[in-house]
Amino acid sequence: MAKTIAQEFKKGLWDEIPPFRLVLGLCPTLAVTTSAENGIGMGLATTFVLVCSNMLVSVLRGIIPSKIRVPCFIIIIATFVIMVELLMQAFTYGLFLNLGIFIPLIVVNCIVLGRAEAFASKNKFLPSLADGLGIGVGYTLSLGVLGSIRESLGSGTIFGNAVFGPNFQPFEFMVQAPGAFMALGLLLCIMNILGKK
Amino acid sequence: MGDFTVLIISSIFINNIILAQYLGACPFVGTSKKMETAVGMAGAVVFVLTMAGMITWIINTYFLVQLNIEFLRTIAFIMVIASLVQFVEMFLKKSIPALYAGLGIFLPLITTNCAVMGVCLLNVQDELTFLQAIITSAAYAVGFGVALVLFAGVRERINLGRVPSPLRDTSIGLVTAGMLAMAFIGFRGMV
Repeated sequence: MAKTIAQEFKKGLWDEIPPFRLVLGLCPTLAVTTSAENGIGMGLATTFVLVCSNMLVSVLRGIIPSKIRVPCFIIIIATFVIMVELLMQAFTYGLFLNLGIFIPLIVVNCIVLGRAEAFASKNKFLPSLADGLGIGVGYTLSLGVLGSIRESLGSGTIFGNAVFGPNFQPFEFMVQAPGAFMALGLLLCIMNILGKK
Repeated sequence: MGDFTVLIISSIFINNIILAQYLGACPFVGTSKKMETAVGMAGAVVFVLTMAGMITWIINTYFLVQLNIEFLRTIAFIMVIASLVQFVEMFLKKSIPALYAGLGIFLPLITTNCAVMGVCLLNVQDELTFLQAIITSAAYAVGFGVALVLFAGVRERINLGRVPSPLRDTSIGLVTAGMLAMAFIGFRGMV
């Protein structure tokens, strides 16, 4: 039993790591990864929603009628998103301003609804918790990596610390929209090469 | 009237919903493999987004703000969009079956299209008037359609070419989208 829970957690870190293996949740991936800090902040907020909604959906899976399950899942998710929104507004106001409308948009992040539908509505409490946590941590890692790449090339910093010395000319392209698409596409290509081995 | 022209052009091209604001990227990548599905999705989004922009504006102004419960905005908007999509689906099935057959499978997908929810939230955030909100929503939706159809055309061509295997499919798609986004940056000089 303990082994399977560990497996559910681990698959989110490589086998099904979003947004690379599961091509879902692209909008926040592209939008907020202009810096490593924003990326990780977004990842943690999504993880919180993902874990809580997975737990609640798996607890209620016997009660929710299957015909109206999607609206029910959406209400559960929206509730947790509002909680995250209010918590971030209270405790991490700078991050709240940086992420802007992408915090309420966690509600339409297909990863969260996708996990509720594909996993939590069919599995017990603990595996669902592990699944949510695994996918969430994987997503946070991906956003952190993408954010670090774009921040280091685009503004010459990581977490606000200069990395390339004073003569570095920021490659501004990377923090704009085209850079976001290309960085993600190339990272996906690297993942494909590594995954082939 | 001139203001509205500027609003329309900037919403379609300069602040293009996908290529400049990063909203709706999932359907952008997911439904752009074939031209037919791209056109279907674009049509469905134009239809739903315009109506959603209108209805969420009314709900926000006359209900959430009046009752001082703006913190419920996320849940209210998503319920409006979900039920609107359901309603549009039933309405089209009954009265315009031809259109329903064309858009059919794309309609349920729109509920989780962040472009719809995103535009509704942006309208509120920018404090637009009712008319501005309708026009902006429609223009953003058209911008989504334009980008999606263009992208699908490019992708269909790419599939005929010889792409290195690790880059195939989504990966080359995203790089192409990056180039398309670069082209759209060129519109910035227009206004």
